[in-house]
Amino acid sequence: MGVRNVAKFGSVLLAGVVACAAAYADAVKPAVIYDLGGKFDKSFNEGVFNGATKFAKDTGVAFRDLEIQNDAQREQVLRKFAKDGFSPILMPGFSWETALKKIAPEFPNVKFAIIDDVVDLPNVQSLLFRADEGSFLVGVIAATTSKTGKVGFVGGMDIPLISAFGCGYAQGVKHVNKDASVIANMTGTDFHAWNDPVKGGELAKSQISQGADIVFAAAGATGQGVLKAAADAGKFGIGVDSNQDNLFPGKVLTSMLKRVDVATYDTFMAAKDGSWKGGVHVFGVKDGGVGYAEDEWNKAILSTDAKKAAEAAKADIISGKIVVHDYMSDNKCPA
Amino acid sequence: MEIFDSLVVIFASAIRLGVPLILACIAGLWSERSGVVDIGLEGKMLTGAFAAAVVATFTGSAWAGLLAGVTASVAVSLIHGYASIDQRANQIVSGTAINMVADGMTALIGNAIWSQGGRTPQLPDSALFQPISLPFEAALAPVPILGPIYSHLISHHDLITYFAFAIAPLTYWALYSTRFGLRLRAVGENPAAVDTAGLSVRGLRYGAVMICGVLVGLSGVYLSLAQAAYFQPHMSAGKGFIALAALVFAKWRPWPALATCLLFGFLDALSIRMQGAVIPGLGEVPVQAIQALPYVMTVVLLAGFIGKAIPPKASGVPYVKER
Repeated sequence: MGVRNVAKFGSVLLAGVVACAAAYADAVKPAVIYDLGGKFDKSFNEGVFNGATKFAKDTGVAFRDLEIQNDAQREQVLRKFAKDGFSPILMPGFSWETALKKIAPEFPNVKFAIIDDVVDLPNVQSLLFRADEGSFLVGVIAATTSKTGKVGFVGGMDIPLISAFGCGYAQGVKHVNKDASVIANMTGTDFHAWNDPVKGGELAKSQISQGADIVFAAAGATGQGVLKAAADAGKFGIGVDSNQDNLFPGKVLTSMLKRVDVATYDTFMAAKDGSWKGGVHVFGVKDGGVGYAEDEWNKAILSTDAKKAAEAAKADIISGKIVVHDYMSDNKCPA
Repeated sequence: MEIFDSLVVIFASAIRLGVPLILACIAGLWSERSGVVDIGLEGKMLTGAFAAAVVATFTGSAWAGLLAGVTASVAVSLIHGYASIDQRANQIVSGTAINMVADGMTALIGNAIWSQGGRTPQLPDSALFQPISLPFEAALAPVPILGPIYSHLISHHDLITYFAFAIAPLTYWALYSTRFGLRLRAVGENPAAVDTAGLSVRGLRYGAVMICGVLVGLSGVYLSLAQAAYFQPHMSAGKGFIALAALVFAKWRPWPALATCLLFGFLDALSIRMQGAVIPGLGEVPVQAIQALPYVMTVVLLAGFIGKAIPPKASGVPYVKER
């Protein structure tokens, strides 16, 4: 074979590979890469897993998923998934932003989706949740239920996203009772803060000793320690992201729901039926993207007054009578 | 009065956070005093916590869990013992291997059984070590000063906590007032002399390594069956290494070891409590500054107060009988 022939053969081969890759990218081969909190955090990541599982069950299209072990793996894993032809690839968590910004332009045919952050690229769907609105509702419930007029908040990592939970919660509390106070603590400043139930428990105990009788945890797996401490002390906890009412039945007042499962399901489904579009999608109280949990587990402890107040607040948010301030818009909290 | 109440709460929290450190630190003390360096404390703690959680989940009994946790930890200790005493391997390498294997295996086995990413299911209260109330707790509670101290600090802890506090004096007595203790210390300083006296260096070191396994296993059991109600991968979160630091800090002596671990626990508790606190004249202290506090204090104390820490002379050195 002459040099020319080799070159020709090579270019044919290359064209074939490119064509194959293009065809591959069009098929739905969904994948989820979880954040450091881990797949089974009973909260944020597990919500995504549940949504993806439901999609797999409904459509028969299997999905691939992976838990990363440290920050350094993000780029490498994401590139590997994109290279292997997975699309759409969903990443729960703002920590994926940097990696995604770098990888997404390299694979223009692959669909990406990120939760809790905006990556402004044509092949990326940014799924945002008005956590502040949902937290406002559980704040209303907490303030209506609290006997001491003091409630607690335990956040995970100290970042604006989590402050938005705390801020929405505080606004909800103050909406019901101007004199109520909110004791707010953050678990830490690095990623271990999502996975430190012992510290979460100690923070909750500290808040309870200062008079708080309801503690809202927005801290991933750390939250389980918070809810346990509240349950052990005979107080109420409030869960987050997924419905956590059943973790300690009768001791978890409600859960602030962030329907990442619905968002996951929708984005996979859209990719399957061809209606998938990049851009920013915001889920708020209005479209049921955030809310509070009400089920068999908290039926007995969620009072009618609390429910009424929460429903009223919900209607007011939808009608625009109440405007919940989003901490992330200016990094300030009015409450 | 409010300050007093806060202090009581902080001290109670310090005790809860300090217990796993105390047990692991004294465990390391036994091993290192006999001349076997043990940086595998972290891995043994994880192994103990995992085995305890698994057995407690299946049997529903905290005591069965405790037995399993301690047994597993002793088994791992014996592996370390075999490598470093009989095979004269590098003890740092053996310890590091234990840490890595324990970290991976616990998560792997846990995930194989429950498919929860290595986490074990939540345990019911009956399978946990619950705080026990000492007599007269209710009667003393209304008494000022004494009441809160008694009901928060002295009473209302679980059995492992009481044991952890008893272990420092017990170790002190065993090491300094018994024949076994004297020989054990000698074997860590000058094994040749012990050998010349007709005692078994190997036997003494194995004994120390097993005691170490029991104690560090208990600290693991405390993590999964008292502090939390489940096992979770990496749940020891570096406590084994902090215990080692405490051991150096305490210069390999039991009473200072107890004090150091409590100090570390106290600083941790303080950093939790001080979050969002307003200091007069300074305003609210940033979270980051408070969280750095334990580390800053540790550095200051280490650099300024402890002086030179001299390890047992033969620690880390395998004993070779002259032929």
